[in-house]
Amino acid sequence: MVTPKMRVQAVPARSPADTLPKTATPIVPADSIAGQALVAVIAIMAFLAAVTLGAVVLVRGAAGEWQAAVAREVTIQVLPTQGRDLDADLKRAADLAVATPGVDNVRVYSKTESERLLEPWLGSGLALDDLPVPRLVVVRISADAQPNLNALRKALANEVAGATLDDHRGWIDRMRGMARTSVICGIVVLLLVLAATMLSVAFATRGAMASNRPVIEVLHVIGARDGYIAGQFQRHFLWLGLKGGAIGGIAAMVLFFLAGSFGEWFKGTAGEQQVAALFGSFAIGIVGYAAILVLVGVIAGVTAGTSRLTVFHTLGMIE
Amino acid sequence: MVNNPLGAIERKQPTPTGDVGVVRFENVGLRYGLGPEVLRDLSFNIGPHSFQFLTGPSGAGKTSLLRLLYLSLKPTRGLITLFGHDVATLSKDALTTLRRRVGIVFQDFRLLDHMTTYENVSLPLRVLGKDEATYRDEVVELLRWVGLGERLMALPPVLSGGEKQRAAIARAVIARPQLLLADEPTGNVDPVLARRLVRLFAELNKSGTAVVIATHDIGLMDLFDARRLVLHEGRMHIYE
Repeated sequence: MVTPKMRVQAVPARSPADTLPKTATPIVPADSIAGQALVAVIAIMAFLAAVTLGAVVLVRGAAGEWQAAVAREVTIQVLPTQGRDLDADLKRAADLAVATPGVDNVRVYSKTESERLLEPWLGSGLALDDLPVPRLVVVRISADAQPNLNALRKALANEVAGATLDDHRGWIDRMRGMARTSVICGIVVLLLVLAATMLSVAFATRGAMASNRPVIEVLHVIGARDGYIAGQFQRHFLWLGLKGGAIGGIAAMVLFFLAGSFGEWFKGTAGEQQVAALFGSFAIGIVGYAAILVLVGVIAGVTAGTSRLTVFHTLGMIE
Repeated sequence: MVNNPLGAIERKQPTPTGDVGVVRFENVGLRYGLGPEVLRDLSFNIGPHSFQFLTGPSGAGKTSLLRLLYLSLKPTRGLITLFGHDVATLSKDALTTLRRRVGIVFQDFRLLDHMTTYENVSLPLRVLGKDEATYRDEVVELLRWVGLGERLMALPPVLSGGEKQRAAIARAVIARPQLLLADEPTGNVDPVLARRLVRLFAELNKSGTAVVIATHDIGLMDLFDARRLVLHEGRMHIYE
């Protein structure tokens, strides 16, 4: 039988040590650092850097696509010449192209197709019969093949009057130059943004050190090494850098995602081809998103590293 | 306070310093910037296990001398040897290592207001990188010794002047320093507590720590028969 007395269990005596919390208070209090303002600055910098990085990825990707597409295609343009059979000239030009090694296929644009190409500029519904609309032969080149276009050009000049060959080389060179310039500009902007971030963090660290001077002095006299003191600040700034970097990076990723979806809105409209021709696609792909994530890590690392260096430098000046 | 105040630290004696003195000053002078010398031709020794008062009128240079002793200042001239090392020739890291062998009680306590009494006292051990579990009981025991066993979780702003003083002393001795420096440790407490605190320093001294107490309280010094280092106009007079 259980009596009420037997139910009473012995309560182990609690020592004062048992009441102590398991987590230690940070030596440098978080609220002594102008954290919110710094997070906002880092977030803005991270956003700008991520947008720049995404734009570089976008331009590089689009330029690569343009170059590949343009380089795999050459165009023979045949101007109507009085007294000549244009269709026969087109056929002869197509035959010469087909006979050239490395050519995959040849397509002669019909008169209607050629006139439709002018619609964006001249509008539809016009009678173009009286105009000398040039006709096109689009020549697709096999992948990795390098046909002798000079020989084809010469043959066309000899055998088809009014025929010219456009291999788009000028366009390719200009595009390559533009892409290279865009990448260089992007890298410069990235470096500037990182430099601005470092300066902001250095100022914030100095401010934090000034407001925590009593803490630093106590740490110093009780035998804390500079690395230990710097570590106390670095921990805070790493967290602030991660927070700011993540906010800016995620905002940029959302922007690119929306921009990618924005391209979908043009589907089936007259602007679709122009947008596609100009940008290919706004989607930066997995590589772009991964690059932004790496950038967030770099910004957090730069923030922590800058604060550490600033603490070391300032402690060196105090000594 | 508990009856046997040394119970917390008697078990572990400081590392013996052998024949090497704790502190040796030879013709030490100190000036701030281009100003006049505030300390002139100081030559004295502080031996292991010794107890001394550092006294003199306000502005005599007591705090400056203490700052030289805890390596917060470098002398303008002369030689300072701490635990047998010429401090002028030591690297920054070596100076930090030496600083760990010195405990300091500041006149204004310098407790960190955002940390509990327990955390303030355990800070020197935390800085050494020790695991909290290894020193938890030791810190609690020491706080009970100085009568703060019930104030472990209190933040310094809510402690009385005497409690802050005892917390500051506990922080200074927790890492078992070989030299304890106290700047006006009785300046903020009533005479009864002041005597208790000095007795506490005397007990610490018996356990092997060399003690230097800076004070201008003549009455307090008369209560203890100890060596007196008297600073006057930057010069030192020693009364054994």
